[in-house]
Amino acid sequence: MRYLAPTTLEDAVQMLAEDPGECRVLAGGTDLLVRMRAGMTEPDSILDIKRIDALREITAEDGGWRIGAAVSGAVMNEHEGLCADWPGVVEAANLIGSTQIQGRCTLAGNLCNASPAADSVPAMVAAGAVARIAGPNGTRDVPVEDVPLAPGKTCLEQGEFVASIFLPRRGPRGGDAYLRFTPRTEMDIAVVGCAVSLTLDADGICTAARVSLGAVAPTVILVPQAAATLEGTRLDEPALNALARTCSEAASPIADKRGTVEFRTHVAGVLARRAAKIAHERAGG
Amino acid sequence: MALDSKTTQDVMQFKVVGTRPLRPDGIDKVTGRARFGADISAPGMLTGLVLRSPHAHARIKSIDTSAAEAMEGVHAVVTRRDFPERDLDEGTADVLDNCMAGDKVLYDGHALAAVAASSTHIARKALKAIKVDYEPLDHVTDVDAAIQPGAPVLHQGRANESVPEGASPNIMARYEFGHGDIEAGLAQADRVLERSYKTEATHQGYIEPHACLAQMGPDGQADLWCCTQGHYMVRNTCAEILGLAQGQLRVTASEIGGGFGGKTTVFLEPVALMLAKKTQRPVKMVMSRSEVLRATGPTASSSVDMRIGMTKEGIITGAFAELRYQGGAYPGSPVDMGAMSAFAPYDLEHVKTIGWDIVTNRPKAAAYRAPGAPMAAFAVESAIDELAKGFGLDPLEVRLRNAAREGTRASYGPTYPAIGLEATLRRAKDHPHWSAPLGPNQGRGVACGFWFNFGGDTCVSLNVTPDGTVTVSEGNPDIGGSRASMSMMAAEELGIPYEKVRTIVADTGSLGQNEVTDGSRVTFAVGLATIKAARAAKAEMCKRVAQVWGIDEDAVEWKDGAAHPAGPNAGTHPPMTLAEIAAIASNTGGPIAGHCEANPEGAGVSFATHMVDTEVDPDTGAVKILRYTVFQDAGKAVHPAYVEGQFQGGATQGIGWALNEAYIYGEDGLLQNAGFLDYRIPVASDLPMIDAVILEIPNPGHPYGVRGVGETSIVPPLAAVANAVSEAAGVRMASLPMSPPKVLKAIRDS
Repeated sequence: MRYLAPTTLEDAVQMLAEDPGECRVLAGGTDLLVRMRAGMTEPDSILDIKRIDALREITAEDGGWRIGAAVSGAVMNEHEGLCADWPGVVEAANLIGSTQIQGRCTLAGNLCNASPAADSVPAMVAAGAVARIAGPNGTRDVPVEDVPLAPGKTCLEQGEFVASIFLPRRGPRGGDAYLRFTPRTEMDIAVVGCAVSLTLDADGICTAARVSLGAVAPTVILVPQAAATLEGTRLDEPALNALARTCSEAASPIADKRGTVEFRTHVAGVLARRAAKIAHERAGG
Repeated sequence: MALDSKTTQDVMQFKVVGTRPLRPDGIDKVTGRARFGADISAPGMLTGLVLRSPHAHARIKSIDTSAAEAMEGVHAVVTRRDFPERDLDEGTADVLDNCMAGDKVLYDGHALAAVAASSTHIARKALKAIKVDYEPLDHVTDVDAAIQPGAPVLHQGRANESVPEGASPNIMARYEFGHGDIEAGLAQADRVLERSYKTEATHQGYIEPHACLAQMGPDGQADLWCCTQGHYMVRNTCAEILGLAQGQLRVTASEIGGGFGGKTTVFLEPVALMLAKKTQRPVKMVMSRSEVLRATGPTASSSVDMRIGMTKEGIITGAFAELRYQGGAYPGSPVDMGAMSAFAPYDLEHVKTIGWDIVTNRPKAAAYRAPGAPMAAFAVESAIDELAKGFGLDPLEVRLRNAAREGTRASYGPTYPAIGLEATLRRAKDHPHWSAPLGPNQGRGVACGFWFNFGGDTCVSLNVTPDGTVTVSEGNPDIGGSRASMSMMAAEELGIPYEKVRTIVADTGSLGQNEVTDGSRVTFAVGLATIKAARAAKAEMCKRVAQVWGIDEDAVEWKDGAAHPAGPNAGTHPPMTLAEIAAIASNTGGPIAGHCEANPEGAGVSFATHMVDTEVDPDTGAVKILRYTVFQDAGKAVHPAYVEGQFQGGATQGIGWALNEAYIYGEDGLLQNAGFLDYRIPVASDLPMIDAVILEIPNPGHPYGVRGVGETSIVPPLAAVANAVSEAAGVRMASLPMSPPKVLKAIRDS
């Protein structure tokens, strides 16, 4: 097995393109190394992107934040500007695994693992995050909700990898939140996840919202009809009831060892209502 | 908080016992220096890996190992054919079949071949190169489905003589306990509750996977290092399976990262020895977590039917339970102990239990902390709670009215000596927890629990060194603080400071036979042997001093760590300390030691009462444990911090069993959650600090009054949590685990 550790993005792209066998990109390694140890994957090469300085930074850009693919959840948690703008995304990243895992795991890795239960992905989707993908044909920007195609499958082409995640300008009177249901308080995986991001006007009316659900479909889903139940309202009881009902209707989960269809469908609505209330409070509502 | 009972104080004033010295293994464990099963290596060592069945039930038509054997770096492949044909007793034959399948694989993960190779990488490739021709068979994993007509049969004709004619061939044994006339008893009740209860199989969840290193020379001398609860058991079982003389196989126990009963048998060890024999190289084997969950012993799942009658005053007039436990693919579920312990806390005139031992296509059950008792207590304590609350009675008061006391004839036969159940109930009633207010969606549950406790074969050797320190050698792996406890009891008896004593766990070549660390026996039995060994050493030292002083042995007595002249004819001599006696031992007859070999009776049964507050989220079914208090009789708490740790640990494992832990099998009979992500033991943030209240009702069978404490603490929590959740959710939960989907469904259906 070869271990590759480029120090520039250009070198990384070139090494990945030229690698003759199966080459896997390593950021935090909290999924890849576990899979390797379990014998589920045996790559010929590993390309470690953590030595690329640009990918280890959080930088301000157009009023938003660009988060490098090698930035860990713990680093995000200590970034004041990011926490002030997108607390829901930061909290979601810091629900993954344990404190130790959060010192390694990254948004980009969580996205590329393409699990419908990934914690940070619904939060990114609700936030309107965009993934910047690097590859032999240059870079392209793809909305986060379009990256996962199916469990374990992404839209990345041969030789491509996610270099950064862009969180847009938050603006005044905005708030986001992510909640997940797990049987344990930590060290667990979402049975259902829900993120809500919304913006209020000066009168406290919701002018824009994005709602996403995790672990209730083959990929994390954006639910525009759920967002519509909030827009134009003050998030009063009828609106929250409509939100919960719409989220339950939008859920098309499977029954598995983690939960039944009935449970996931119901809890999708419960979490949506609770997440919307937190986001609303954060928006100053 | 330790409460010295009057009796103990009258009889003994302790100086060391009852204090909380630093644990002797603490620094090694927090610095990573402690050597666990996987932490030893040998020159030329090979890696051993096991090939496991991907089927729940299949006939093995053939195994072709030739391609694997031909691979470079592969030193040996073993299958069942490599093990000698020997006339093994049934239990040992099952252990061998579990370690290495014969004609059939009986569960997902059943071992059927193993390789030894120069690297893990090569060993993995070699496993893939072994070609097995399976004939898949129908399977059954549920205890009740296994005894339906037409269920797939695991073993034909293996039922013992207790099983009636015409019963399901998957029933291996039937047990019955009790006395009185059940129907007559139930007829006196104001209400008879009939209800069925189910629990799922749970794993011991020890943090250290099984691991061992084996070597064997051409002369038949073998050495084994392994993680186990009983290296003498490992020696005897492996010797029997491999046809070795017990004395030729030396087994050394590593530090142990938890066992809870799950390491009282062998899984890898006979296979590692066979690979070592075949390769003439040291072979190390370490299980993955997935292997631990798929192929080592969980406990049984259970299905219990209960009929229990109570008067409106809360007197139980009659109690009947029929218990069905599946113990995996071989006979030996702990249903016998479930049937014995079910009603043990109560003084009942009419009581009966029937237990059925059932086999299914699951891994062979191993002991798990008070094996069999928690599931039985879940049913009994849930039923008593439901009846008591139905009559509007205080559930603690109802238990007090029916509590077994000194002189009560237990439902399983014996008549109790002094026991502590009533004391735990009274303490619970007086505790501030019992009267603390509850909020909305909250509920409080209580339950009692019982465990037998055991003695068993025990050897201790105590040696006095020339500089006056003391070493104690015992033969039981230290799984709950036994090195500290033995050092404390030796120091107490000898009258020297704790720091002057070091206790080690000796290998099988150093002592006689020792029973495994089970049945909460070690602090009781090894403690008793340690005290006796210390007394023997004291007698020897008094003899030496008598010789020096030129007086009779009887005229020398031992107190405060020194020999003193005693009696009218002893004369006046300055006392001689242990260190002074040790310094001249060479001139007074040679080294000084004491030892004890015994099979002590009188372990002393143990009781506990648990109290728990829970909150249920009515929208998600999630259960939060708000507060938890354990009240348990320890006889005498030698090291109270360890005792509290046992109480807390048992409660924690019981909470996991009650709420989320379960073996989940698919329609295909394969285990779906062979990892700690989806096999959910509680994490620290799931729990409040668990309060431990130690009661001390001395055990007359031990010199210091000690009772075992390790197992009783897992017996009440299943029911205590279920009673609390049932109250909080407003619906009776009679099936474990009470996972959120199950609780939410119960709430929405109610």
